[in-house]
Amino acid sequence: MANFALFLGPALVLLALFFVFPVIVDIAIAFTDMGQTLQVKEFTTKNFERMLGGDRRLSMALGLTFIYVLGTLAIFNVTFGLVLALTTTAIPDRVGSFFRAVWLLPRMSPSVVYALLWAWVVDPTERGLLNQFINGAFGFEVYDMMNDHPMMLIILANGFIGASMGMIIFTSAIRSIPEHLFFAARADGAGGLHIVWHVILPAIRWPLSFITVYQTLSLLVSFEYIWLITNGGPFFDTTVYALYVYQRAFEHGQYAYGAALALVLVVIGIAAALLMWRFMDMKRLLQQPRIEVQ
Amino acid sequence: MARIELDNITKAWGDVVAVEPTDLTIDDGEFVAILGPSGCGKSTTLFMLAGIYAPTGGEMKFDGHVVNEVEAKDRNVGIVFQSYALYPHMTVRENILFPLKFKDIPAGRAPEMVEETARLVQVEEFLERRPSQLSGGQQQRVALARALVKSPQLLLLDEPLSNLDATLRLSMRTEIRALQRRTGVTTILVTHDQIEATTMADRIICMSRGRVEQIGAPEDLYRRPNSLFVASFIGAPPINTLSGNATGNAVSLGDSVLALLGEARGVVTVGLRPEHLQFADQGLPGRIDGIEPMGREILYLVKTPLGDLRVLEAGSVPRRSAEQEVRLHFAPEDTLVFDGASEDRLPDVHAALAEETKKRA
Repeated sequence: MANFALFLGPALVLLALFFVFPVIVDIAIAFTDMGQTLQVKEFTTKNFERMLGGDRRLSMALGLTFIYVLGTLAIFNVTFGLVLALTTTAIPDRVGSFFRAVWLLPRMSPSVVYALLWAWVVDPTERGLLNQFINGAFGFEVYDMMNDHPMMLIILANGFIGASMGMIIFTSAIRSIPEHLFFAARADGAGGLHIVWHVILPAIRWPLSFITVYQTLSLLVSFEYIWLITNGGPFFDTTVYALYVYQRAFEHGQYAYGAALALVLVVIGIAAALLMWRFMDMKRLLQQPRIEVQ
Repeated sequence: MARIELDNITKAWGDVVAVEPTDLTIDDGEFVAILGPSGCGKSTTLFMLAGIYAPTGGEMKFDGHVVNEVEAKDRNVGIVFQSYALYPHMTVRENILFPLKFKDIPAGRAPEMVEETARLVQVEEFLERRPSQLSGGQQQRVALARALVKSPQLLLLDEPLSNLDATLRLSMRTEIRALQRRTGVTTILVTHDQIEATTMADRIICMSRGRVEQIGAPEDLYRRPNSLFVASFIGAPPINTLSGNATGNAVSLGDSVLALLGEARGVVTVGLRPEHLQFADQGLPGRIDGIEPMGREILYLVKTPLGDLRVLEAGSVPRRSAEQEVRLHFAPEDTLVFDGASEDRLPDVHAALAEETKKRA
């Protein structure tokens, strides 16, 4: 019993303090009218009525979140991560490691620095990196991505960071495929793309599903780069759900409404995860693998 | 089917030479074994033939065409790996069908070819199963079918039997050999197991440390090994080797002397196979030090003035007991004498018991 407390105690305390307790507080506040003064006058369900009823910005945020999560996931976090893993494992090891390290750099740099770099890249004058090409080198009109295609900007900025996670997981998964399987496929007459399709992809189904679910959840709740680069603008064109929650609660001081919104985001996340779990048949993928005879 | 020629082929990784310049010719339809201990370069040679490794130097020809630059997928080579390397997510049928996807097969022919090949290796009842639902021997057969289905011009077998249990290994040996006879495909077997090599192959290429030590029929390697390495590698239980100083027509070994037929000087190694030593009324004196029944033969360990010798005698029940004093006899033509420095065999030299040893009877 003493051992039990000693080994599990610290973890349980942390879990309770930083996960369970905040959830309970969030649920409690969601059913109050807590505002800027932090005073609770009544317990009510009007926050939820407001969400279902007249919050037009909420439905817009939901739509934007869908585009943002799907776009970042489909283009970068899964697809581009996979392309990076496939290409960097196909070339000589040292070169491959170098490129993977390069793609990890944004993850290692402070988010504010990274956001500032993007702000400079898409700067709508001829000084911006992008415009040095578009305007300086090719003579096209100055392009203002922040204003014209803000959603594209936040997908790019998040995707360039997000792809490295998939890249690393997929790389290690590809590395763990027995070498003889590749030899056999080549001797069987398969070319590079056939090997990717018939040997690599089936072997990395589990990490593919895992990255998809995991990144969906982390994209749903992350907003720091959006906040730093566009702050949800122009107007509300990049105000995704998580950012909207933050703005409501901490910028407008509507703590109770923010808590209710956050609660719904958690429910959306759980629903999405469970759906994908079923859809990708992850339970079967989780089954104990048989020991490989080498 | 193809005739395979290796001309000065070599493979190195950086400074490490895996295969030293090697010349080889393998005839169309021949079954050849590359035999050697691990790390001798046999698998590297096989992978070069498959097109998986590119040779560092030399030329590789299939039917007279240089194939150095031909990619593995275009070589029409079937290969069976030690680990079988079946595609785990495909059924047996899909595994066997896989090589046909990349060939121009007349429409509708492919499924028939899969069934025919499956019947050939007797896996037709497992076609819908996955590799993980098969035993080792069944996986082995599927791997063979996958290699054979496209009628390769060359079949490569990389230690195909070493993951099988002893009984299965015996029957697969026979089956693979029969299959090769039936299909007539040029086949190269890589193995570290001399029994596999001698029982299956027409010719054996014995390799050691990246070099070809000897090429020949199994009985050549057994009776006339070029080197001490080949002599020690072929034959079970292994050959007795005794090193001593030769002075023309005699060699001193341990506390005794053997006569030499032929002439040798300097350090030599005399090889006496356990099965060529016989217990006799007169001859080399010795005392039995150990008895190891091996089933249909008994292996005796005998201490003699020449050194310790392994002696093999037919029979399932030991007829001699430990500590018993015995005499050993051998025929001079069965002995092998090797130069001590180069370890090459001295072909015209044999060893015999000296007259005074015989007389001491």
